Amino acid sequence: MLKQIEGSHAVAETVALCRPEVICAYPISPQTHIVEACGELVKSGQLENCEFLNVESEFAALSVGIGSSAAGARTYTATASQGLLFMAEAVYNAAGLGLPIVMTLANRAIGAPINIWNDHTDAMAMRDSGWIQLFAETNQEAADLHVQAFKIAERLSCPVMVCMDGFILTHAYERVDIPDQATVDAFLPPFEPRQVMDPAKPYSIGAMVGPEAFTEVRYLAHEKQLQALEVIPEVAGEFQTVFGREAGGLIHEYRLEDAETIVVTMGSVAGTVKDVVDTMREAGVAIGVVSICSFRPFPSAALRRVLSGAQRILVLEKGFAVGFGGIVATNVRMALQGVDTHVHTVIAGLGGRSITQPSLHGLFASAIAGELEDLHFLDLNREMVERELARQRESITSGPIAENLIRDIARGGDAARA
Amino acid sequence: MFQIRLHGRGGQGVVTAAELLSIAAFIEGRHAQAFPSFGSERTGAPVVSYCRIDDREIRSREPIMEPDAVIVQDPTLFHALDVFSGLRSDGFALVNSTKSFAALGIEGVADQLPEGHIRGVGATELARLHVGRPVPNAALLGGFAAVTGQISIASVEQAISKKFAGKIAAGNIAAAQAAYQAAIGHAEEKVHA
Amino acid sequence: MSQIDEFTPEQKVKFYQKGTFTVGNRLVDPENRGVQASMDRSNAITSGHRACQGCGEALGARYAIDAAMRAANGKLMAVNATGCLEVFTTPYPETSWQIPWLHSLFGNAPAVATGVAAAMRAKGREDTRVVAQGGDGSTVDIGFGCLSGMFERNDDVLYICYDNEAYMNTGVQRSGATPPTARTATTMPLGDSPGNVFGTGKNLPLIAMAHRIPYVATAAVSDLHDLERKVTKAMEYRGARYIHIYVPCPLGWGTKSADTIHISRLVTRCGLFPLFEAEGGRVTASVPIRQQVPVEEYLKPQRRFAHLFKGDEYGRQSIARLQAMADENIRQFNLLREHEETLP
Repeated sequence: MLKQIEGSHAVAETVALCRPEVICAYPISPQTHIVEACGELVKSGQLENCEFLNVESEFAALSVGIGSSAAGARTYTATASQGLLFMAEAVYNAAGLGLPIVMTLANRAIGAPINIWNDHTDAMAMRDSGWIQLFAETNQEAADLHVQAFKIAERLSCPVMVCMDGFILTHAYERVDIPDQATVDAFLPPFEPRQVMDPAKPYSIGAMVGPEAFTEVRYLAHEKQLQALEVIPEVAGEFQTVFGREAGGLIHEYRLEDAETIVVTMGSVAGTVKDVVDTMREAGVAIGVVSICSFRPFPSAALRRVLSGAQRILVLEKGFAVGFGGIVATNVRMALQGVDTHVHTVIAGLGGRSITQPSLHGLFASAIAGELEDLHFLDLNREMVERELARQRESITSGPIAENLIRDIARGGDAARA
Repeated sequence: MFQIRLHGRGGQGVVTAAELLSIAAFIEGRHAQAFPSFGSERTGAPVVSYCRIDDREIRSREPIMEPDAVIVQDPTLFHALDVFSGLRSDGFALVNSTKSFAALGIEGVADQLPEGHIRGVGATELARLHVGRPVPNAALLGGFAAVTGQISIASVEQAISKKFAGKIAAGNIAAAQAAYQAAIGHAEEKVHA
Repeated sequence: MSQIDEFTPEQKVKFYQKGTFTVGNRLVDPENRGVQASMDRSNAITSGHRACQGCGEALGARYAIDAAMRAANGKLMAVNATGCLEVFTTPYPETSWQIPWLHSLFGNAPAVATGVAAAMRAKGREDTRVVAQGGDGSTVDIGFGCLSGMFERNDDVLYICYDNEAYMNTGVQRSGATPPTARTATTMPLGDSPGNVFGTGKNLPLIAMAHRIPYVATAAVSDLHDLERKVTKAMEYRGARYIHIYVPCPLGWGTKSADTIHISRLVTRCGLFPLFEAEGGRVTASVPIRQQVPVEEYLKPQRRFAHLFKGDEYGRQSIARLQAMADENIRQFNLLREHEETLP
């Protein structure tokens, strides 16, 4: 049913339709509305046969999820940013134990300095944990990906995190088609665990594995992600058949035919990029955009196939490897090994800085004009940065960076681009 | 696409206003996107929210920098920030005040806009009268419907019923209706322009 | 017992424990016989595990879990924190657990157990009970937040802490349960205050009581019947329950592996480890001390307290302070009571 609804609520309602048996999450901006909505659905009785637990930390939340999933219950949680790091040990543990937990990650920056707004640093921090990471472009896709996530997770016995941009998607009201229970039931069968705690058939789960077998266990985790490269498009296809619309899969292609310049990005900014692409196409520029939906497993072959023909690639990402450069861009370059094309890394949107159409337009134009550096921070306030560097050169006791910059802004030194 | 930017202070329902606008547009079968500029919201702090309405899917997520309409829920903001920044030359403005634009210090803006595109609405007073609380958002949406014609007053009222219940809904609908009537000049309440 | 001469040397042993398969048990009324005396005991932790000789934890866990299994009619699932018990019962690729068992992390056993219990509730299978286990390190320190959360929510989990008073599995480092003056690898007997310092440490049983959970008890491996009884009683309740078991570690404490039960008896007799039960935050019962001993007698056989016996002022003062702690326990739990039956 079509609804004009807040992104978080769309996710909560859709997750509820997937018949989770245990929901356990700890509140953190900007995920709070999802958890609150889930709690209401359980407490009101709308979501039956489901236990909703309020716990004392994110570490506890995912740990509860590990217990419930190992005991055979379909399990859901949600977090963001600092919360994801607080449960980091459990994140790796869940993947290592092969538990098909589904988690919403309301993408948010990680401090210090503390910042509650959107970027992809949190997802990037856990990219090698063994979880599948899917990125939603719109709230419709966010809702749909959760339905697919349970199926993918349970088919592979592997946890899945559905990433949706914090605030930008979670707190946006837009039209979403919430599926009906019968259709979800047709698509998503009951959870059949690969291994489960059951007095009738006791297992010991979570033993130590020494040097004799650890490599093999880890290799099998790698294999699992490679299998996911097949399963994710399969499930997306099944979804389309049952629900009648496209969502998920490995990548989304937009206007790539004869594109000389291709932008590669992830998440909600893809929508803004598409509008700029349309404007530039109208002016005769051969430009297109690919948005990566499955970041882990990384769709190397699919990207190689669609990017090989382009003259230049612009990877627009909301995170970066400090002191080095892009993360997504580095993954893209690896996928393009041997292909003769130029890859630019553009870091944008950090800590919730808006990515505007005029900015993108200027950025793409400069790339096409050959004026863009290999590593570019979009809309960086150079003067503010230079002032702080000068302070640091002057004296060792230059003060805390974040506070210095905030003071700069307060003094009206340079208008902050927000 | 029609883009609306709403300004107010925390606690005045600025975010809800944008949501209501989007629901009203949805009711009319259109696409709409509403979102706040996310700050550490607290009562009294300046808050901005956005709403885009279109007949096709809205893909862009940037803040609205060139609005077709600006709704100002709190006139004390005029001193604090340039709420009309980027407002298109043929745009619309709704202001929660019955004072003259000159008294509000915005006659410059008013003069630039086409006749009938800027309107003051005594939204707080209407809210106090009909709802019993000084939350001006619903009344301003009634004025918006009248001034811009982007959405019908019926859709505004339906949106209010979807979001609120019982007396609150009824009161807000009455406030919106009153503002609408005043704005199209059918009511006794005089609106100073 | 006729024909003693026909017994093998191994059979000519004296049994003091009534919880064994032998003589003493046959004289006890059936309802007073321990779980371990039964041929039908579940052997939840079966033989083949890799515990040290004389490990108090292996003994305590075996008794506790079999008692819980009987109370649960065989439908019990265990969650284990990282630590000695987890390591010595699951030496890859073997396991000595015969019940469903899950090890996740060091600090999350209470939360994981909460999740298992929630799953059972969601599936309408609440007849399957959940026990969580951890050493003192995971209970008192790193898992404390999760434990307190589990208590606060009154989740239906029996949490058992096996307290050997240090992080033993990683090489005997100090924990929040290490007693004052004890030598550990991170509280060496050097300087002005050799060993662990006074004025630190958490009393988990009292903290558990402060959460007002349905049942809290302390137990020791010198009183195995009492331990079984307490586990059985705990299983009668629903909600959060906590049992804190004192388990000597010969390796970490520098005691003889044959002395494990003896040391445990000494700690209860000197008053440093009171045996008591509490319900809803109030003490309801305690096991009186029949033959009180001075703390010195308890400390002497343990090399971790050897530096208190150099004949110096520090040693004398420390022993006196420890005696004062024991006396306070005796007072608080009324452990020296006259004319009272001590058998159930």
